[in-house]
Amino acid sequence: MAVMSYIQAVTTALREEMLRDEKVFILGEDVGKKGGVFRATEGLFDEFGEYRVLDTPLTESAIAGVGIGAAMYGMRPVAEMQFADFIMPAVNQIISEAAKTRYRSNNDWNVPITIRAPYGGGVHGALYHSQSVESVFANQPGLKIVMPSTPYDVKGLLKAAIRDNDPVLFFEHKRAYRLLKEDVPEEDYVLPIGKADVKREGSDITVITYGLCVHFALQAAEKLAEEGIDAHILDLRTVYPLDKAAIIEAASKTGKVLLITEDNKEGSIIGEVAAIIAENCLFDLDAPIMRLAGPDVPAMPYAPTMERYFMVNPEKCEKAMRDLAEF
Amino acid sequence: MTNRHKKLGISDDEVLNIYKTMLLARKIDERMWLLNRAGKIPFVISCQGQEAAQVGASYALNRNTDYVAPYYRDLGVVLSFGMTAKEVMLSAFAKAEDPNSGGRQMPGHFGQKKNRILSGSSPVTTQVPHAVGVALAARIEKKDLVSFVTLGEGSSNQGDFHEGLNFAGVHKLPVITMVENNQYAISVPFDKQVASENVSIRAKSYGMVGVTIDGNDPLAIYEAVHEARNRAIEGEGGTLIEAVSYRLTAHSSDDDDRYREKHEVDEAKKSDSLVTFGNYLKEENLLSSNLEIEINNELDSVVNEATDYAENAPYAEPEDALKYVYEE
Repeated sequence: MAVMSYIQAVTTALREEMLRDEKVFILGEDVGKKGGVFRATEGLFDEFGEYRVLDTPLTESAIAGVGIGAAMYGMRPVAEMQFADFIMPAVNQIISEAAKTRYRSNNDWNVPITIRAPYGGGVHGALYHSQSVESVFANQPGLKIVMPSTPYDVKGLLKAAIRDNDPVLFFEHKRAYRLLKEDVPEEDYVLPIGKADVKREGSDITVITYGLCVHFALQAAEKLAEEGIDAHILDLRTVYPLDKAAIIEAASKTGKVLLITEDNKEGSIIGEVAAIIAENCLFDLDAPIMRLAGPDVPAMPYAPTMERYFMVNPEKCEKAMRDLAEF
Repeated sequence: MTNRHKKLGISDDEVLNIYKTMLLARKIDERMWLLNRAGKIPFVISCQGQEAAQVGASYALNRNTDYVAPYYRDLGVVLSFGMTAKEVMLSAFAKAEDPNSGGRQMPGHFGQKKNRILSGSSPVTTQVPHAVGVALAARIEKKDLVSFVTLGEGSSNQGDFHEGLNFAGVHKLPVITMVENNQYAISVPFDKQVASENVSIRAKSYGMVGVTIDGNDPLAIYEAVHEARNRAIEGEGGTLIEAVSYRLTAHSSDDDDRYREKHEVDEAKKSDSLVTFGNYLKEENLLSSNLEIEINNELDSVVNEATDYAENAPYAEPEDALKYVYEE
């Protein structure tokens, strides 16, 4: 075991996969000599050389598209979008190409690409360095979307994404990069994509969330435990396709469900989670499904007052969880 | 006296094969229009007018190692790379056995892994970065192969064209891009699509060689692609080839081409490569009247058999629509 930050878990997973399989290579903006603007690829250029850690021109569509071509050839590209907010020029490549290649070719071709991107707010990143973009991609069969919440999950899920034979979007919370640290096994392990994970067992209310909000909910749960409110917390980990069985089980367990995302509320991942619960758990519910999310404004403003207003935080989680428990 | 194809190192047999492949593409295409107008297949999108560029280029590549990322008109390319008339017809009829897509995609959306034909979509130009990706993989793996990507002149205005070619240019990747300039992007003519005098001049900004070639001359195209391939293998990077010809049909079976004058089409038909290249072979005494009849009969029966087979082949089961979203 070694204590590792969330971003060190990213770098470790990348390095170990590159050592394990010479088909794995990285491409993106500033990933080479600089080691990435967040230092996710630090040291890899020196260790593996230019063509395994390739600095690309400023071309998000080509980063995805060139990666897709290399993946069709049989490589294992890991493409980095510098910020999730900048993925938009690549959406055609991701949705029209990566997501549909296996299906449209009747299983003849496949695209084993991993596209990593830092997302999320609370870092004074304003409108274009704070967004959650998962819902743009979360109704595109053929794609998988992984959003890990802990260093342990990062290492196991990023390895799984790189080894997956289908395209995986891997969204890393940029505020978690250096905020979160924990013991991570030094040996090789993978975690299953498509499986949610119970991060706290509890019996009074159920919180279903993902990403950094998992930690906000866990912090709130510890406070509420002092008041005798026992929260069950399910971390989705993969937000597309959703782990329906785990969602149904977690919702049915307490009958009171709070869904949390830092994305804008309407049309977000948790709307689909609510639909799954509504379809399957009606007679187990003791309260209306509650949602805590960002407001429906285009994106997070820069000024600290407005940014704080937008962001989910432990206090907002605590209040929502208490309200639900008292319903 | 050495004739043109011998100078290029093309044998008499090979030059006849180029002609036969062009003619097969034309005949399949014409048959698909008939089938469409007879109400038997919903859609056709044509190669007519572009066979010389497609087949001439393909024969200059290594058809056992190189990868192609064709666009929807490239019937001549995929036939050259090993797709059969029967397989093309299975796609036209949307039958389960269609190797391109199992009847999932419209005709013209080619793809066949065993022949290294990358699967394509309908949004244009997305295949350019894919071809660059294959070339990058070849560089990483130190393989002596090139990727060959084609598109129309209208598509050369898309962002993926610029992003892909600049990427290839920066890393001198072995990718050959051939723009099949057929003068029209559906209804919009070249001068309303492209601000520069031609497409190949754009190569300069990508640090690669750019050439504009007569797209009705398969030997000229062969020569350009052959040279481009040699440069690519030598590590000298990509080439942008513009093959200028004319779209002899409407954009697709769903288009009427009222936006252009009939005399313009008639004029273009005078330089139809099937006629001009046939004449070249006749002048070289390679295509006698008897052989011409023999070839036509042979190809007609290939197309007939392919049509009959595909028409009678089964569709996919309805529930097959659920298959292969992810690895199974």
